[in-house]
Amino acid sequence: MFSFIARRIGTILLTMLCLTLVVFFLVNLEPNLKKLAISQTEMHTPADQLESWLVNHGYRQNFFLRYGQWLGVLPKHPITDPATGKTTQRFSFCNDPTEPKFSGVLQGDFGCSTKFKTTVAAKLFPALGATGLLMFWVLAVMVPISLLIGILAGMREGSRTDRTLSVASIASTATPEYVSGVIFTVIFASWLGWLNGSAASASQGITFYNFTLPVITLAIYGIGYIARMTRASMVEVMTQQYIRTARLKGLSFSSVVIKHALRNALIAPFTVIMLQFPWLLTGVVIVEVMFRYQGFGYTLVEAAGNNDIDLLLGCSLVSVFIVLITQLISDVGYAFLNPRIRVQ
Amino acid sequence: MQTDYISAFNVVIGVLWRFWPVWVALILVMGASFTYKKRLGLYGQLFDSGVGIAGVFICLFWLFTAIFASTISPFDPLAQVSVMKDTLPGAVEPASKLVYYFGGDKLARDVFSRMVYGSQIVLIIAPAATGFALMVGITLGLPAGYYGGKIDTLLSFLANLVLAFPVILLFYLLVTPGIMDTPIPYAMAGLFFLFPIIFFCVLFWTRYKNRPDRLYILLGITLVVGGWIYAGLVFDKDPLHIVHIDPNQLNIFVAVVFASSPGVFRIVRGLTMDIKTRDYVAAAQTRGESPWYIMLWEILPNARGPLIVDACLRIGYTTILLGTLGYFGLGLAPESPDWGTAIKDASRLLRSFIHPALPPTIALMSFVLGLNLLADSLREQSMKD
Repeated sequence: MFSFIARRIGTILLTMLCLTLVVFFLVNLEPNLKKLAISQTEMHTPADQLESWLVNHGYRQNFFLRYGQWLGVLPKHPITDPATGKTTQRFSFCNDPTEPKFSGVLQGDFGCSTKFKTTVAAKLFPALGATGLLMFWVLAVMVPISLLIGILAGMREGSRTDRTLSVASIASTATPEYVSGVIFTVIFASWLGWLNGSAASASQGITFYNFTLPVITLAIYGIGYIARMTRASMVEVMTQQYIRTARLKGLSFSSVVIKHALRNALIAPFTVIMLQFPWLLTGVVIVEVMFRYQGFGYTLVEAAGNNDIDLLLGCSLVSVFIVLITQLISDVGYAFLNPRIRVQ
Repeated sequence: MQTDYISAFNVVIGVLWRFWPVWVALILVMGASFTYKKRLGLYGQLFDSGVGIAGVFICLFWLFTAIFASTISPFDPLAQVSVMKDTLPGAVEPASKLVYYFGGDKLARDVFSRMVYGSQIVLIIAPAATGFALMVGITLGLPAGYYGGKIDTLLSFLANLVLAFPVILLFYLLVTPGIMDTPIPYAMAGLFFLFPIIFFCVLFWTRYKNRPDRLYILLGITLVVGGWIYAGLVFDKDPLHIVHIDPNQLNIFVAVVFASSPGVFRIVRGLTMDIKTRDYVAAAQTRGESPWYIMLWEILPNARGPLIVDACLRIGYTTILLGTLGYFGLGLAPESPDWGTAIKDASRLLRSFIHPALPPTIALMSFVLGLNLLADSLREQSMKD
């Protein structure tokens, strides 16, 4: 087991290294650097000044050298004025070093956000906290509802309840966040006026009024999928011999379902829920933009829109880490929950 | 000037009437399918269940809407009639006396016509991108599953690499206006569009290599047609000027294929690993068939069931992805009538006007729902066998 986890963690690190290299390459394409230089200098700056801004801030150094600096295996250099030899900070707003120093991701320095004029850590981690809160409520709504729907549908395969709930879950998987968000906003905010169509005020404190719409919008897309997986697993369990035996012993249907079937039927949905995280991440971006909630997704869009290199790299590092770590947890958890695999 | 309105009842009747070519085509196709359903194989079996009929109905509805878009829509989707700005559903356009059935949007365009034309964009890009993703996934998934070992490790690592990217980040990096100045989209298009040609060449070569009369004809057709489309799509140098794609559409197309082919790869790889343990594969190996013959002519036909189901779901998923791209304003032109862009434009103004938002959302939802219902009933039918 330990060698399995160690090998997986090795793969995760390798994957993160490759992916950050790819992201680093894409954000440093010539048009993207131009965009960054234009957004960082005054309006209508002539081309040679844009170029000198890029040179001054180290964007014209060798690609691998800069990747190494970002990673923390090569020292970061401050700006050196060629005339006087005096060194100044590269970005004054985030305490860049004035002498060459190893300061990259490995040392815990995620770099400097050019858009928000602060360190990446100062911007990214509060945003992650806000998104974590959103995720918590989404999971708290999504998991019980979807499991309940799946169990009710899978309990008696082919019954009217099963058909209705199955079509409802198919419909929910066909509704992406930007569609359900619009529909919910129209119904609950525009027509009924019960809920707030914007979650901008949720950063100060969440209330039922401003937080319900983002949460249900995000939950509805996942509910259908998890419910269908739960149903499939429940249907399979209900045809097993031990369920029939329990029924023939004279146990009531409800106690067979609760005591015998549920435990075995809930192993597969656990994996599915963990593997939902990559989809949730995309959903978070859509929902946060739609409801103006200042979280991770909002930060990602701002970073990508302004080609904020370090912030974007930080965002990709975080999201890739979340995706891979949930995969690992789902594999390990599956082995832990399923005794047949654990023995092997 | 006062705008005239027609009643809600007349709006419904009018909309139903505008769709007349679709109804005619639907009655013809559905009627024929019902009559001959015994002889139509898997497609005919769809008509045995309510879910299947609903799925086929919705998919065909949007297919015919896309085909007859110019007849159905009363207005040009990009035309702006300034009097009609933000009009409510049922407003009559004063010059032509035609009706803005679903009202006008903030740029005074007809919401109904835009919805109808939006189906064209979705129904061209989504199935085509899914087709290319299938080709890439199959061509790489078969050897990975069949040979295993180093090829499998390498390809699976690459596939997991792409899958570990959140889709939205991938799109933000790959579908920006700046990237079209670099050769990256064209290089990726050149790589991906090569796969169908390779696939069909190997397919025919393995089957007919001892029958040159057939082989050369089939290979010739593949290379000429494939090369023609390839030249048109990648280099935009189609000698006949028929195959043409805008640079930004090519960019979207490539990004969507890139995002969805690892999923196909995984499924094909898993199916291949399962099927290669069957007796008929062992029999073919004993006969001395080449590995690629076994993969393409023994394993692939037996993996078609799950692949068809996956293709249906994947077209729906691609539609959602296209909507996401439109929603974030990536790639597609800002005035493009596709559903995602329309949802983006309308959702900013939800506080004042809700009518421009509903038609594209319902259209997108119903199309994806139709595909999902289709996939679900296909899965049930294939499980019965």
